[in-house]
Order: sequence, then C-alpha cells, then structure tokens
Amino acid sequence: MKHLDEYRDRDAAERLIEAIARTVTRPWTIMEVCGGQTHAIMRHGLDQLLPGGVELLHGPGCPVCVTPVDIIDQALELAARPGVIFCTFGDMLRVPGSSSDLLRTKANGGDVRMVYSPLDALRLARENPDREVVFFAIGFETTAPSNAVVALAARREGLANFSLLVSHVLVPPALEALMAAPGNRVQGFLAAGHVCTIMGWREYESIALRHRIPIVVTGFEPVDLLAGIHQCLLQLEQGRAEVANAYGRAVKPEGNLHARRAIEQVFEVVDRRWRGLGLIPSSGLGLREPFADLDATRRFELHEPSAAAPSECIAGEILRGVKKPHDCPAFGARCTPEHPLGATMVSSEGACAAHYKYARP
Amino acid sequence: MCLAVPGIVVSIESEDELLRAGRVSFGGVEKEVNLACVPEAAVGDYVLVHAGFALQRIDEEEARAIFQEIDRLHAGHGQIPE
Repeated sequence: MKHLDEYRDRDAAERLIEAIARTVTRPWTIMEVCGGQTHAIMRHGLDQLLPGGVELLHGPGCPVCVTPVDIIDQALELAARPGVIFCTFGDMLRVPGSSSDLLRTKANGGDVRMVYSPLDALRLARENPDREVVFFAIGFETTAPSNAVVALAARREGLANFSLLVSHVLVPPALEALMAAPGNRVQGFLAAGHVCTIMGWREYESIALRHRIPIVVTGFEPVDLLAGIHQCLLQLEQGRAEVANAYGRAVKPEGNLHARRAIEQVFEVVDRRWRGLGLIPSSGLGLREPFADLDATRRFELHEPSAAAPSECIAGEILRGVKKPHDCPAFGARCTPEHPLGATMVSSEGACAAHYKYARP
Repeated sequence: MCLAVPGIVVSIESEDELLRAGRVSFGGVEKEVNLACVPEAAVGDYVLVHAGFALQRIDEEEARAIFQEIDRLHAGHGQIPE
C-alpha cells in the first residue's frame, strides 16, 4: 500500500542505521512517547539495530494504559446498568478495574459493544431511541477531534440518549511531568506523530527550550522511526535542543486547524489523573459546560472516583521510563496478556505486552 | 491506539459540515470515512484515517522528501556539519 510499504524498505532502513552508527559517539537515552511507536520498534526489532549505548525508553503514550482504575470502575458501573448500551474500543475490554473488567461485565449480562469508531456509537443511539448509549471517549489528541465531531453531531440532531464517558489525556503536560520526575533519564523525545498531526508542534518548542531537550516529531513505520532517532541523536551529538519534524507527510507546524477547532468547541483543558503517574495539572480534556448534558458522569450520577491500582504492578515506573517490564517480579508469571495485573500488559501498545509478545530480555 | 492508516479517497458521499463522508480504499478494502476535518481532501488524495475519521491529507511532496534526505545522508556519509 502506498505511503506504507515504502517506509518499510530494507535498503532505506539500512542506510539510516549506518547513518546513526556514524553519528553516535557516546551513550544516549531517548524516549519514544507513543505506545504505537513502542510496538513498531519491538515488532521490527529496531532497538536491536541501534549502536550499543543508545537506549530507547518506552513512554506513557498509551491511553489504554493511563486510564485510571476509577474511570474503568465508572465504565463497569455504567455497562452493568439495565437500559445502557456501553460502547468502547476493543482494547479497553480487558483492562482491569478494581474488581472486574468490561469483558466480564459483558459476560454477566451487561450490553457492552466493541466499536471501531465513535460514529458507530452515534449510529447505535439513533437506532435505539429507547436505550441510553454511552461511548467511552478515551485517547490522546489524535482521538479528540472524532469525539468532538460526534458530540457536535449528537447536539445538532438533538439525540437525547447519547453521552460520553470522557477520559481524554494530553501529551505535552505528561512530558513536562516526566522531565520533572526524580530519576528521569530522558535526554531526547520522539514525539507522537499522530498527536502532532492534529495539534502541530508549536507547544513542544517551550518544552525543548526550557528542558534543553531535542524533540523530534516521528512517525510509526521503520524508516520513519529510524529517521526520527537519527535526527534526535544528531541534535544530541551537536548539543542542540530543538523541535524537528521527521514526519512531514502527516504533520504541519500548526497541525490540523479544522480538527483543533472542533476540539476547542467541545472540550476544555482539565486536570486529569493518569494511571501510574498520578494527577497531572491541565493534562486532560473534559466537556465544556454547554456540553455537560452529554457527560455520562453527570447524567448517571456516577460514584466519585477513588480506587487505587493493585500494589504489585509497577506500571507507573514503566510508563515513566524508570523501570523496564522485566524489573517487575510479576511479569510473565502472575501478569500475562491473558491475566493482566496492569494496563501496560493489556493494551497491544503497552510496554509490558510488547516485551511479552516479542520476548525481549 | 493512535494508529492511523493511509488510504486513497475514491468518492465523496456527503458534503455536510460535520458528517462530510467518503469512501476510502485501503489497498483495495473500502470503508466509509468521515472527512469533516479534511474539507480540502478530494477524490485521488491520500488521507490518514484513525477511528473512522480522516486526520490529515498526506503531503506527497513531504512524503518524497524523507527518501531524498536518506540519499543525501548516504552520499555525504552523514558527516556532522560544523
């Protein structure tokens, strides 16, 4: 397929690996922010093709992984209610709440539907006027415009039985939190390409400047990832700390203004708790007051969030890049993709699941 | 989760502001995709699709640029410029 196959070209990848080898003179630690990038790096074995001393840390860019337990519990509470059709992306189904997960709730009679797009949930709401249809609106900036558009469409159509359980998160505040955390080892970031497709890269310039850290907007195919790694290492070797774009075909400096306008209309920036990372100020999106009637937590008067993650799981340290999956005593033993203790083992993009699947030491 | 896949717009089905939609082919497999965020996208354009929504029109010139850069790196042996 065009715009996919050519970025998996072996010759181009080898040239980049050679260029990286010629560039590097000492050890460097780079974090790939997005879970999709982690998965691609593991799948193609890119981490093993880099010069010794260049370490890739896996970042917190997996929305499934960072959705807090208490919001999962709210989802479970909603999904178990009679009259509710609870719609979710498939990778949320097995994320453990404090006592169950959506798949078990479905098995116990809850009407949980796996959807491919929030548009599917909107269609279900139109088709089932006597039922309440709730969409689990999780994700980073990449997913926010689609949820904004369905909220605007539901409003315009006067759909009274459609609502959103919102747990949207934002990348830049998480990068700030990582840089400020004790034990931080990150020297360069590969910024999440598709988040920047929406938001552009301007808001990363102050982070690069303030923390003296190169940030390279990077795509998801092997050639894209290696190009991003190369640009990041080149900056590190030259003592530069700038925002660069290695994913030009999909990312403009200002992002997608139409998408950003839709987000701006529907959502406002709110404080958000991240699983494993805790409360990060101004790190999420919530519905604006004029859209409060679409907020499932208000419509169904859900319990206030409170639960904590299981104590044995070290997902928080993994999401901060402080520890690797194999540092966890439960990894591969008491915690597997079939029986996950934490969300980093659930999502196919979680660091633990990637290490488990591709058998990395 | 932030997975987005490139596909080619084969038809525009609706010009509504919020629900602008078209058929997009992913290597022969066609799906209906919301095009509200890419009002400039026309039949024959490649778009990047995530959760049923086109996020951006793919910039063909930029798509070629990365390979020109790799050729340049290879020819110049990646010397770090002073």
